[in-house]
Amino acid sequence: MNKVGMIGYGITPFSKDDQKIETVLMDSTKELFKNNPEIDRNHIDAVLVSTNNNSKYLSPVLSEMAGIQPNVSHTIESLCNSGTNSIVSAYSYIASGLADMVLVSGAERYDSPGQILEWDNSRGEYKHPIFWASIFAKSYKREYGISDEQLAVVSVKNHKQAKENPNALSNKTHSIEDVLNSKKLTDDLRLLDCSRPCTGSASIILGSEEKVKQLSENPVWITGIGQKTISAGFTKNISFSSMESTKLAGQSALKMADKNIENIDVAEIHDAFSVCEPMALESLGFSKNGKGMNTIKELHDTDNFKINPRGGLIGTGHPLGATGIAQTIEITQQLQSNAGNRQTENPQMGLVHNMSAAATSSTVLVLEK
Amino acid sequence: MSFESKLIEGKFCIPECDECKKIVWPPSEICSHCFGNVHLREGDFEGKIIEFSRQNDQYFCMVEFENTIKIMAKISEIPEIGKNVKISKCGILDGDYFFQVI
Repeated sequence: MNKVGMIGYGITPFSKDDQKIETVLMDSTKELFKNNPEIDRNHIDAVLVSTNNNSKYLSPVLSEMAGIQPNVSHTIESLCNSGTNSIVSAYSYIASGLADMVLVSGAERYDSPGQILEWDNSRGEYKHPIFWASIFAKSYKREYGISDEQLAVVSVKNHKQAKENPNALSNKTHSIEDVLNSKKLTDDLRLLDCSRPCTGSASIILGSEEKVKQLSENPVWITGIGQKTISAGFTKNISFSSMESTKLAGQSALKMADKNIENIDVAEIHDAFSVCEPMALESLGFSKNGKGMNTIKELHDTDNFKINPRGGLIGTGHPLGATGIAQTIEITQQLQSNAGNRQTENPQMGLVHNMSAAATSSTVLVLEK
Repeated sequence: MSFESKLIEGKFCIPECDECKKIVWPPSEICSHCFGNVHLREGDFEGKIIEFSRQNDQYFCMVEFENTIKIMAKISEIPEIGKNVKISKCGILDGDYFFQVI
C-alpha cells in the first residue's frame, strides 16, 4: 500500500448558526485553500463529503463551489463517525493508487437528522441518545462504584481545555458543582454531561507520499486504521459499561501501526457524554477497567491536555459529520506543534477515536510524525 | 403476519426462524443467521431487568427476554436489577414502538 499523509486542513468556529449546509461545507474548504495556496485544485482526484444532512449530491455541489473537477465525488454517512469513515475512504483511494490527493470535507447543521437513529425500534420510545447514555452511565457507575461527582470531572476538564480552542462552541469553564447542578435530564445524566449538536465544518486534504513530501513542510502520516461494527441497534451491545467495537478497532489500528497504546502521546476520544470518555480509555487500553476516571482526574489535576486537547465533543460541540475530521485536525496540529495553548509536550504519535450510535461502531486512527 | 402488525394489536411476539430455530432480533421477516423465513411465537413472555434509569418521575429499563432480545421499556414501579417482568402494554405510537413492563 502507498503511504498516506496530511497535506492541509481548514476548520472554522463551531456555532449555533442557521446556515445552509452548502455554506457550512464551503466555510472550512475555503479556509483550507486560503491556508494552503500551494495546493493546485486541478490535481485533486477525489472530493468526499461527510455529513448526515439530507441535501443531495453535496460532493459535486462542493466541488463546483470550490472550482474542483474531481474524478471521484460522493457523500459518506455513518452517523457520528462519518468523519473518520470518510478519512478511511480517502486513505483507501490513495493507498490503492486510485488517487493522489483527496479533499475530505465534513459539515453538519445544529438540527442534524443524524442525532436520532429512527430504525432502532428496540429502544422503544427511548430513541434519543440521552437514554442510551443514561444506561451506559448507570451501568458503568454500578459496576465500578463511580459517583456522579467523580464522573463530572470529564466535563470540567473538557470545558477547561475547550477554552483554549478558538473554534470550540463552549468558552466557559465549569466546576464540579456546576455540572452536578446543571439541568437534570435523567437520574444519571446532567446537561453538562452532554456534547451539544451544533453547526460546524472541518476539511482536510490527504495525499500520497510523493504529494505530502512536495506540499507539506511538517508531514503527519496515517499509520494505523481500525474499524469495527458490532451492530446498529443499541440493545445489541453485549456490555453497557465497556465498548466492544472501540476495543476491536483500537487493537486493529495499533496492530497496523505496529505500536502499543503506551506509544500514544495525545488522543482525541469520542466523549459524546461524560461516561464515554472513561469507557473509551479503558476499551482502548489507556486505563485498566474501572480506572478510567483515575486517569482523567490525574490529567485534569496536572493540567495535562493529553486526552481531548481541543475540549472533546463536550467542550467543542458535536457537528456530527465534521467531528471525526476536526479530531484528526487536532491531532495533526498537536504533532506539528501548532496547537497554541493546547499544545502537549513534543508528541510523536497520536490517536483518534470516533464512534457511532452508542458505540455500535467505532473508528480508530493512529497518526505519526 | 409481521412483528409490527402484531405489535399494533398490542401483542409482543418473539420472531423465530423456521429453519435454524434461532430468535431473530431486531424483528425481521428474514433470519439474520441463515436467511430462512421467520415466524412469530406468541406467548406470555417473562423477561429480566438488566438496567434502568429515570426521567422526571418515570422509570425506564432495559429488559432481556430469552437471553437474546433486549428492549427499552417504561415501568411504573422502582426497578430492581434481575427482577422478572412481563410486558403489560405495547404498540406503535407516531411510528415509534413502545413497551411497558410490570
